[in-house]
Amino acid sequence: MIPTDWIYGLIGGVMIGAAAAMFLLINGRIMGASGLLGGIIDGTGKANMKERLAFIAGLIGVPAIVYFTIGAPATNVSNNMLVLLVAGLAVGVGTRMANGCTSGHGVCGISRFSVRGIAATLIYLLAGGVTMLVLRHGLGVI
Amino acid sequence: MRILFSLMAGGLFGVGLMISGMTDTQKVQGWLDVFGAWDPTLAFVLGGAILPMLLAWQLTKVKTTSLLGTTIPTPADPALDRRLIIGSAIFGFGWAVAGFCPGPALASLSFGGFGGLSFMVAMIAGMYIQPSIKFFGLGSKA
Repeated sequence: MIPTDWIYGLIGGVMIGAAAAMFLLINGRIMGASGLLGGIIDGTGKANMKERLAFIAGLIGVPAIVYFTIGAPATNVSNNMLVLLVAGLAVGVGTRMANGCTSGHGVCGISRFSVRGIAATLIYLLAGGVTMLVLRHGLGVI
Repeated sequence: MRILFSLMAGGLFGVGLMISGMTDTQKVQGWLDVFGAWDPTLAFVLGGAILPMLLAWQLTKVKTTSLLGTTIPTPADPALDRRLIIGSAIFGFGWAVAGFCPGPALASLSFGGFGGLSFMVAMIAGMYIQPSIKFFGLGSKA
C-alpha cells in the first residue's frame, strides 16, 4: 500500500511542475520563487515588476482563498523566534547568493539538465541533511 | 495577459505546494533528516514537478519564443562559482532549521501564523542585505 502522503506529494508536485511549465511556455520566464520575490526586494526586477507582483499575489492569494474556504494543512512552524529569524535570514541570503532555490534550481534546473541547477540542489540537500544531523540529533535544538 | 497568466501560475504553484506537503515544515525537516526518521515524500513532489518541466523544455527546443512573445531564457554559464556553492549551502542550512523554503513560506503566509510571518520578514531582510555583502565576492554581482 502506497502511503497517501506520497500520492498527495506526487499530485501537488505535478501541479507545481504544471505551473512552472505554464510560466515558461506562456510568459517565457523561469518560475523561481526566490528570484521572483528577490527582484522585487532589491530592485533588480524593475523591468517586469508587475509580472513579479502578480505571481507573488497568486502564490499568496490563491492558497489563502483555499484556506478560508476549505482549510489548509498544518504548517507546524516553530515558535522559537531565534530559530525563525536565523533560518529566514539564511534562506534569504543563501537563495539570492546562489541565484535560486528549490523551484528555480530544483524544479526548473534539473528538468533542463542544468549543471548549476543540479549542483545547487545537491549542495542544499547535503547542507540540509548535515544541519539536521548536527542540530537535531547532535545538539537537539530543532 | 502576462499579468493574468503570472497570477494563475503563482496560484497553481501555491495550491500545488499546499497539497504536496511542502508547506508542512515538519514534513520538510523529515525529508532532510536522512540520518534519522527519513520521510521520502518530497522525492515524489520533486519527481512530479520535474515531469511537466521535462516536456516543457523539450517544447522550447522546437519553439524558442513563449506564447506571449518573450524569448525563452538561454541556459546560464555552466561554471560553478563560489556564490552558487556557498549560497546553496547557506540556503540548505536555513531550509533545515525552519523547514521553509521561499515558495512554501509565501504560499502559507495566510495560514502560517505569526511564526510563518516572522520567517518571511527575516527572509526578506536576508534578500535585501545579500547584495551588500562586502567579502569574498559574495555580494552583488560585479
